[in-house]
Amino acid sequence: MSYQKLSRDQIAERVAQDIPDGAYVNLGIGLPTKISKYLPTDKDIFLHSENGLLAFGPPPAKGEEDPELINAGKEYVTMLTGGSFFHHGDSFAMMRGGHLDIAVLGAFQVAANGDLANWHTGAPDAIPAVGGAMDLAVGAKKVFITTDHVTKQGEPKIVEELTYPVTGKHCVDRIYTDLCVIDVTTEGLKVLEKVAGLSFEELQALTGAQLIDATQG
Amino acid sequence: MIDKSATSLTEVLSHIKDGATIMIGGFGTAGQPAELIDGLIELGVKDLVIVNNNAGNGDYGLAKLLKSGAVRKIICSFPRQSDSWVFDELYHAGKIELELVPQGNLACRIQAAGMGLGAMFTPTGFGTLLADGKETRHIDGKDYVLEYPIKADFALIKAHQGDRWGNLVYNKSARNFGPIMAMAADVTIAQVSEVVELGQLDPEHIITPGIFVQHVVAVDAANGNGE
Repeated sequence: MSYQKLSRDQIAERVAQDIPDGAYVNLGIGLPTKISKYLPTDKDIFLHSENGLLAFGPPPAKGEEDPELINAGKEYVTMLTGGSFFHHGDSFAMMRGGHLDIAVLGAFQVAANGDLANWHTGAPDAIPAVGGAMDLAVGAKKVFITTDHVTKQGEPKIVEELTYPVTGKHCVDRIYTDLCVIDVTTEGLKVLEKVAGLSFEELQALTGAQLIDATQG
Repeated sequence: MIDKSATSLTEVLSHIKDGATIMIGGFGTAGQPAELIDGLIELGVKDLVIVNNNAGNGDYGLAKLLKSGAVRKIICSFPRQSDSWVFDELYHAGKIELELVPQGNLACRIQAAGMGLGAMFTPTGFGTLLADGKETRHIDGKDYVLEYPIKADFALIKAHQGDRWGNLVYNKSARNFGPIMAMAADVTIAQVSEVVELGQLDPEHIITPGIFVQHVVAVDAANGNGE
């Protein structure tokens, strides 16, 4: 059988469905940022940005950009009615203090035990940069990962043990890939859903760690 | 009468000497005190240690300071950006030392200095390369890394308005590291768009109380941020 991978926008749309009303959420740079486009408008979802924003909104209209109103990805944003500004100490207290409900981050690799690698390839000539990745990984109540299931070279990104430098240990709760949704549990990696036409065996073959089939039907 | 407002940026910066540790506010270019940085470049001091979230953008502000060769070491969380070519070149040439700190630990270490703490245990970074060789402790079921405060001789920050007592309010996401850096430096110099009369800032809305600020310098907002 043949199957169709999810596009980046489809992954973002899928994650958006799992964000409940009233959630305080930090969306990482890249694919996670796209999730904001798909958040249901009938819910109050509060987007947090490391640089001191809570309840920020979509990009401003052209010509209304304010260089002093940007998100962590250094993109222009707007504030929703009821939004607030605060300094970096408070911003990271929101994470580290366990007040943030969900962080959605990208990944180089995720290990079966929930270890996350997303900050550094470990290449000797690479300039390391970490930003808020380590704080989000340990601080948010739930860490969701969005990622391609395999690398461009076809190597699994979900692995038994990380080969890239770790960002946070045992921190990942759920993984959304272009092929499936996986819960990271103490019993192992449970596949909750997968794209139509993809067999569990095919999915397992593209994964570097043992999966448990928990799909419904 | 106490008047912390100054008209000469050159004069307030003139106390900065070679080898100083200087915190510079800003997240990317938002909140970066570009005029103070230009003044620092003109002053021509060398061998500086700079604390900032990033390591400069484009060719202006902090990037220009790095390019001038004045900086020995930078302590930051996110040096590598699409427009960080000045830092990238210095780093690859071995001309600048980098201490990489997770962003929340950077904030917390700055706060620890401002609060007079000797150190703090943070969960961020535990088990990672950035905690290599550092003391750790298991507290109430969780693992923590011991991190020490980051203090500075000077903090250069950007606020929206200030008064002659040094009280400050900020503008949107340009606030970022300003309030905590003001607390962690021996001398804090704030550039503001406007110095207002005492009493014009509502006490309920003042973000940085004047006790943390030594100098307030108005810069012409029209000359802006050099962009």
